[in-house]
Parts: sequence; structure tokens; C-alpha cells
Amino acid sequence: MELNQLTAHQLLDKIKDGSITSQAIFDSLYQRVNKIDDKVNAYVRRGNLERTGKESGSKSELLGLPVTIKDNICTEGLNTECCSKILQGFRPPYDATVINNLKRSGAGIFELKANMDEFAFGSSTENSYFGSTHNPWNLDCVPGGSSGGSAAAVAADEAIWALGSDTGGSIRQPASFCGVVGLKPTYGRVSRFGLIAFASSLDQIGPITKDVEDAAILTRIIAGYDPNDSTSVNQSVPDYTKSLTNDIKGLKIAIPKEYFVEGMDPEVKAVVDEAVNKLKGLGAVIKQVTLAHTEYAVPVYYIIATAEASSNLARFDGVQYGYRAKSDNLIEMYKKTRAEGFGEEAKRRIMLGTFALSHGYYDAYYLRALKVRTLIKQDFDKVFSEFDCIVAPTSPSAAFKIGERTSDPLKMYLSDIYTISVNLAGIPAMSIPCGFTKNKLPVGLQIMAGAFNEETIFKVGHTYEQNTDWHKLKPVIRL
Amino acid sequence: MRYQTVIGLEVHLQLSTRTKAFCGCAIDFGQAPNSCVCPICLGLPGTLPVYNKEALNSAIKVALAFNCQIQEHTKFDRKNYFYPDLPKNYQISQFDLPLSRNGHMYIYTENKPKRIGITRIHLEEDAGKLVHEEANSLVDFNRTGIPLIEIVSEPDLNSPQEAFDYLTGLKSIIEYLDVSDCDMEKGSLRCDANISLRPEGSSQLGVKTELKNMNSFKGVKDALQFEVERQAELLLSNQQLVQETRLWDAEKGRTVSMRSKEGAKDYRYFPDPDLTLFNINKAFVEEIRGRLPELPLDKMHRFMKDYSLSEYDAKILVSSKKDSQFAEECIKIYSEKDKKPLVNWLIGPLLQEAKVRKAGISELNIEKKELVNLVGFVQRQEISGLSAKTVLSQMIDTGKSAELLIKEGNLLQVSDLDDLNKIIESVIALNAKSVDDFKAGKSNALMFLVGQVMKKSSGKANPKIAGDLLRRRLSNA
Amino acid sequence: MAIDNETIKHVAHLARIELQQNELEKLSNQLHDIIGFIDRISKLDVENIAPASHILPISNVLREDNPQVSLTPEKALENAPDKKGNFFSVPKIIE
Repeated sequence: MELNQLTAHQLLDKIKDGSITSQAIFDSLYQRVNKIDDKVNAYVRRGNLERTGKESGSKSELLGLPVTIKDNICTEGLNTECCSKILQGFRPPYDATVINNLKRSGAGIFELKANMDEFAFGSSTENSYFGSTHNPWNLDCVPGGSSGGSAAAVAADEAIWALGSDTGGSIRQPASFCGVVGLKPTYGRVSRFGLIAFASSLDQIGPITKDVEDAAILTRIIAGYDPNDSTSVNQSVPDYTKSLTNDIKGLKIAIPKEYFVEGMDPEVKAVVDEAVNKLKGLGAVIKQVTLAHTEYAVPVYYIIATAEASSNLARFDGVQYGYRAKSDNLIEMYKKTRAEGFGEEAKRRIMLGTFALSHGYYDAYYLRALKVRTLIKQDFDKVFSEFDCIVAPTSPSAAFKIGERTSDPLKMYLSDIYTISVNLAGIPAMSIPCGFTKNKLPVGLQIMAGAFNEETIFKVGHTYEQNTDWHKLKPVIRL
Repeated sequence: MRYQTVIGLEVHLQLSTRTKAFCGCAIDFGQAPNSCVCPICLGLPGTLPVYNKEALNSAIKVALAFNCQIQEHTKFDRKNYFYPDLPKNYQISQFDLPLSRNGHMYIYTENKPKRIGITRIHLEEDAGKLVHEEANSLVDFNRTGIPLIEIVSEPDLNSPQEAFDYLTGLKSIIEYLDVSDCDMEKGSLRCDANISLRPEGSSQLGVKTELKNMNSFKGVKDALQFEVERQAELLLSNQQLVQETRLWDAEKGRTVSMRSKEGAKDYRYFPDPDLTLFNINKAFVEEIRGRLPELPLDKMHRFMKDYSLSEYDAKILVSSKKDSQFAEECIKIYSEKDKKPLVNWLIGPLLQEAKVRKAGISELNIEKKELVNLVGFVQRQEISGLSAKTVLSQMIDTGKSAELLIKEGNLLQVSDLDDLNKIIESVIALNAKSVDDFKAGKSNALMFLVGQVMKKSSGKANPKIAGDLLRRRLSNA
Repeated sequence: MAIDNETIKHVAHLARIELQQNELEKLSNQLHDIIGFIDRISKLDVENIAPASHILPISNVLREDNPQVSLTPEKALENAPDKKGNFFSVPKIIE
């Protein structure tokens, strides 16, 4: 196997025993990117690729191992544009806290940033100013989104591992579509400082990796209290690799019946049912439960997320940075800059969010949505008072065709139906590969746990992984 | 018809913390544009706010000083509107759960205390500064993110003078707390006013105007006065008033209608998800209350009690913290039991000197001990009051002692009986008619004779002693 | 809840987004559908439910009043589309 095909923990072992250098890993990634990324488009602004020496010689834990970063996480001096025209040329004068954490741990930051839906608005990475990313398993399909670039890069061995962000499923759904591992940590577990906000009360940065062990390592490194983020929780970060025990005997797993309903692809259902059986076979106690307010999750999400987004994105106005339309009148400059700088989906969400907050509608939409959010959280609290975790599909379908859902935003929104509740409840959840459809498209299994109980997720995920081979399969990319 | 004026004021106050509200940028005035900024106060993508502990403490102090109830639960909200001095295009402010509510303070217009309600005091952040040029506006974000509090009064003020007195009283309280510069000309205190008129006796509020752009307390008063007259004129001629925002043009002395930016209902307030809730427990509030300094009203009452001052005198003395400290130290040095003569000098000639020099009495170049000495000279009738005023002015200008200046000016009053008697004898000899008049019972004649004694002594004779000697001399004759 | 073109125009103005007529119509239709969908939350009884404006139980997060290093004006203005001296420059404000 080439170096770029290995997992981070495998590569760390090799660096430690002196058989390779981190420079060699960078080189193999560059080679891979140069070879296939014109097809996959996992990375943006590839023209900028400088094949400069990256051997950091770092003796810290990650020994110079490269990490791929989504384009909405600020990297000092490296373009960070959220794949939007409106941020064109923006180079942050500071590093996100997760980037600082990575650098402190000896990671090398891969200079190319991963493609994404503009401002993380989307479930397919089709809403990128830099064009769609293609699913490495089938280039005609979407990789999911919004962290589609990160997931596709990891799946196509253009990245060792990557960071994504998840507001309503943006790590888990692309991880599921690309057959890799993706974790959305508990809200407050990982600092959001430096993550260009979509919806502040829902956003979390998380890892996208080739296996659960890598996810456990990367999560520990990026997690932790950050005094620069008021919503970061001051709670110590366990060594998650200690949870990788390959033992789930007696573990109580809940299966929410609302996640196995009509509208779900029967092939996906079959694969997930099989995975649940596997967990049962490994000694877990499986029981069906109800998450009664699941049907309200999508509407609640699209009110809260767009309302917050409409305010978070107000700062993109052409005054301090990014794109500015020409005009000699300020208000017109604002309006043209935002009309020309934002893509269609961004405008749609800003409009929806502005509407939801506007006079006369606030109580009916935003305030009510916050109340329903409480109900959704209570559903989860109740389940976690009796169960260790919840297992469900990550997405109702496998990857869909590029262009298939772009004309119907509502249908696109419904692809997040199984991932959104987790963000609303603030709990952690991970998607791991659990099989394929007949068309050789990956299916993801979602494992959710109570707040700050990532350890159970890693334990279940790792145990499942140790007893299956899905995560070892790699796509063949037709050139 | 007679109209009642109804005024409510919204005061924005910059808190003088070391750093900004939500980031660690040092607050430093007079620096080059955009040099006291960081990614957070510039609102750069990805940055997040964390509130300044000291700003919260200062705000609680202010709220307590205005007798507000600190709310148990408070939170920040976003007020959304686009303006180039607002980097995020929303201002972090407070909407439905402000830090505090239901306070009050007293004003003393025409020396009668009047209670003015404080609706709420809440936390927010300042915006940047714009410099307007021909075709462009230039933006400086140094001021952006400085912690502000907004003090909203009830519409309890009924005249421009009351509004002025409210601002003066408010400034005095803030100054005692030492939490803000409170300088309207520098912009650390800003005031908007809501004003409406209603028929005398009516309980319904009239159509209000919001006044902005005043940059001194006098400007507030003048703008309100202009508005009272403008509105009254419209009402008296049966014209419709429109609810609007008007800008004060201090140069032209008038208000002009401003086309509105966003209407208040378009601000789309919602809880800021980047900031947590604040639960402010009672013990914490009481601890801050316990550490509050003595406030003007308390000090006034104490001065009245401890130094037997009148309310009027005490009120003048306490209006400025530093001046009140200066005054109190003078009072302590002054050994006489009756403090009134000294106080009269403090709030009379000394205050006058201060006003001429556009300073507070504590800022004048005069030692407390010397001031007390000077008053002693006057009290012992060693110099005349008139001379003393001149000496006071010279003391401030030169820094010389009272004694030295009196000596240099040869101002000691002639109280020596032999010297005075000589002058009196010569005056009697020269003014036989007045002497006769006095003897005939015209008491005014004595005044004339004393005047002659003063004249002959070049003003240095002690008029009281001269009068006594004259009376005795003439009665005996 | 129906959303008419006037509302859309007002919302677009609040959001400072210029919409062409065709965009306006398309958005109007799409928002109509989306709002129709999200309206399903109106059937829930939320009378005595507290709004979850924060999902975390944390409160009172404050920082000490200690100065940190600011950016230099050069750095602050580095990304500016237009500047004049140390200022950001924007077109004139015409209300």
C-alpha cells in the first residue's frame, strides 16, 4: 500500500520506527491529488499547491502528520473562503483553536483546503463556488455534504484524515456517503473559535477518518476547553483510545422506530438492520424506543439554523474583506455584493432566516422552534437515562446523483432527517461504514450517545469495525 | 391650550474597563485608526465573543447606584442592522432580559427633589467611527466593542431643564462610581431624547420625536427646548405631528428630520447563541453593593448632618466627587465649629474662580490649608471680604500663601484703636453736618461717616470697629 | 402561512440582498413550500415549554479584564477591498 492509503495511526507507527518521514506522506498525498483530484474535486484552489518541503521534524505526538482542513476553518495566511465568492481572497490573520491544537500536537496543516457546500449550506457539496465534489465510489454521485470535500479526500486517499464541521449532519452524512468514519462531537466539546459560523448553537468541528481509532486520536487532539469560546465546556478530555476495547457485551442500545420509516431506501434499511444484528451478535442488548418529536426536527432545524445563519452571515458585506461589488452608494454596494457574492442556497437560507426572525413572525417560528428543540432534547434525555447509546441509519439513502435534488430544496433538506436531531440535542454521534448498496455505494451506521459520552460511541464503533471489514474497502477511481 | 412636556432620556455610557467588552483589545483613545483592533472586535469570520468580567461588575455597580433591581437571569441578544461602523452588522445588546430594571434617581430642579424612574440599564457594545468624505466614508474600528451600558429613563422629565438636571445628576453618580469618563464631548457619554407634548391633565402620551446628535448637556437642553416650541407650534395650529427621529444641528440651533435607517421593529432581536446566559446571584449582588462608594445623595445628607449645612449648600458641594472630597478636607482643617463661613467661600468665591477657569474647585492651584487661612483672615476681620476675593484670585494665579499676598498688598485692616481714633477725629471735624444729623436721630448719617473713615483709610479701616468707635464717640460727645 | 411578494421584498431589503424579478418569483415559490413544511411545528402544544436558546447548561462565562495584543493597522487592513490610509473605505452612505 502507498503511504497515502494508510491510516494515521499506521503512519505514526512508521514514523516512530524511522521507516518513513512526514515529508514522504505529504509527497504521496500531493501525488495522489495531482493524479485524481481533477476528477474528485475534493480540494479547492489547487492552483495554489506549493510542493514545498513540509518536513516539520516535529517530535510532538503527531510527528508532522498532515491533516486536511475544511474551507470554513480559519488557517492563518491560508485562504479560507467557505467555498463562497463573497469571501474570495480572504486570508485570516489568525488560526482557529483547532488549528492551534493540531499544530501544538505536531500535525502538519495540508495547504489545500477541502471543498464544501458554500458556508456549509447543503447536503451534497454541489453548492460550492468551486464546483461539486464527486463521490470517489461513483463520480456521478454526490459525496454528501457539506463536508463533502473532507470526506471524499479521505475516502479517495487524498487525505490521511480531515476536519469537517457538522451543523445538521455535515460530517456524518458525507462520511456515510463516502464510506468513511465521521464524528460530530458533543456541542461545546470542541472549540468553535475560528470555525466560520453557520448556526452557532449547532455547529461543531469533528474528525473524518479512515477508521474509528483515528477518529478517537483526532478528537482528543482537537477537543478541550477554550477560553475564547463562551460555549466551550470546561471538562477534561479523556484518552478516547482507551475506549477502543472491542467489547460491547451487555451494552444497552436503543433503536428509534422513527428512524426506520417510509421514505427510507429499503436497501439502506436492510444494510442497517444487518448491522444492528451484528451488534446484537456481539453481545449488545437491543431494544426499540421512540423519539417522539423526530418529525419536527427538520422544520425546527431549518428555522433555528437559518435564523442564526442570517445574522452570522450579515458580516459579509464587502466592507472589510472578500468580494465587493462596484457601486458609489453604500446600500447598493451591500445589496449587489451580497447578491453577486452569495450562491443561490445561501441567499435562500438567509432569506428564510431573516423571515423567521422578522417582526410578527418571531413567536410563530423562531421562539416556537426553540421550544420544540427543548422537546427534542427531552426525548433523547429520556432514552439515555436507560440506554448507553442509540443506533440508526445516518441517511435515508445512499449517495444520490449529482444534480438530482438541486431543483428541490425541500427534498434536499429532508436528506438530513436522521442527522439533524443530534445537533438540536447537542449530543455526539458518529457515522461508520456498515455496508453497501447493490450499486456499490457505501451506507453509514450512526451511533449516538448522551452529551460528553463520546467514549461509548468509540467503543461501539470500534467493536463493530473490528468485527467487519467495510472500513477497509477502497473505491477504485476511473481515470 | 397648555401643554405638558414629556421627556425620556436614553444615555449610553462607555465603561472605562482596561479592555473591550468581548475581546482583549486595550481601550486606548487617540490612537491611529484601526490600531486598537483584533479579529474579534473586527468581527472577522470565525471569531467569538467572551464578555469582560469587569464590565459586568461595573454595570452592576451603576445599576445598584440607580436603585435598579438586578435581574436574576440576563442574556445577550443580537440587534441586527447593517451599518459600516458595525463590523458584524449586528450589535450585541440586551432585549427582553436586561441586566436590571426599575430604578430611580432624584433631581433637584428649583431645589425640590423629584424622583425620576429608570426603566432599565442594560449591557451592549459600542460601534466604530465614520469619517465622511466627498464620495466615501472612512471607517475606524478602534471604538468598536468598547463596553457600553444604556440607561433608559422613564418619561418622567417635564422640562428641558429637568432633563439637564437629570444628566448632571446622572453624571455625578457615575463619577462617584468611577466606572466611566462620562464626557459627552469625547463621546464617552451619549444621550438620545424622546420628547412629546400632551394637553395639561391628559394621561395619554403625545406623538414623540426621538432626538439625536447632541454633544453636550446644554445641547440636549437646547435641542429639547427647540423641540418643545416646534411641537407646541404644530399642535396649536392643529397640525399633525409625525413620529420621527430628528437630528440636532447645534450650529444652526435647530432639529432636522432624519430619514430613518431601520425601524425598531426590523432589528430582529434574538438571543446571541455565542454567549451564555448569566445567572446573577443575590449574594454576589450584595457583595458589590457592600463595596459601593458613598454616593452623592448619601454624602449630601451626611454633610448636612455632620457639618450642619443647608441642603442647598450640601447639594452644591457634593455634585462633583473630587470637589466634594476637596471641600470636606477643607472643612476638617477649618477649626471653627460653625462651618458656614468656610462653606460660603467654597460654594461662593472659590466656585466662581473655578468656573472662570473652567475647572473644578479641586483642580485649582490652591492648598486647602491656605484657603482655610484666608477664610480665617476674613473671619477675624483682619482683611475685608473684598480684599480677600482679590487675594484668592492671586493665590490661584501665583500659588503664593494668603499671608504673603495680604502683606504684599498691604491689605490688613486698620483695627488699631489709636490709628482709627485719629482718623475718626479728623472725619468728625470735617463733617459737622452729618454729626449733627446723627445726633438728631438720623441713623443714616453714621453710615456716611463710616464711609468717610473708610475713604480716608484707603479702604483698610475695619468698618465694623470704625462704626462702633464712631457711635461711642458721638454718643459721649 | 403565506408569504407574499411584498414580504419577500422587505425581507430581501433587511438582508441587503438585491433580487432580480425572476429570482424573486422563484424564491417566493420555494420559500412558500419551505414555510408550508415548517409550519407543521405550529400544531404542537408548547405552552409550558422553555425555549432552548442554549442547549448547554453552562452560564456566566466571563473573561478577565486583561489586555491582549491587538493587530497592527497593516494586518487589520490586509484583506480590505478598499482603504485610505489607516481607514477602511466604503461608498458614501446615501439613505
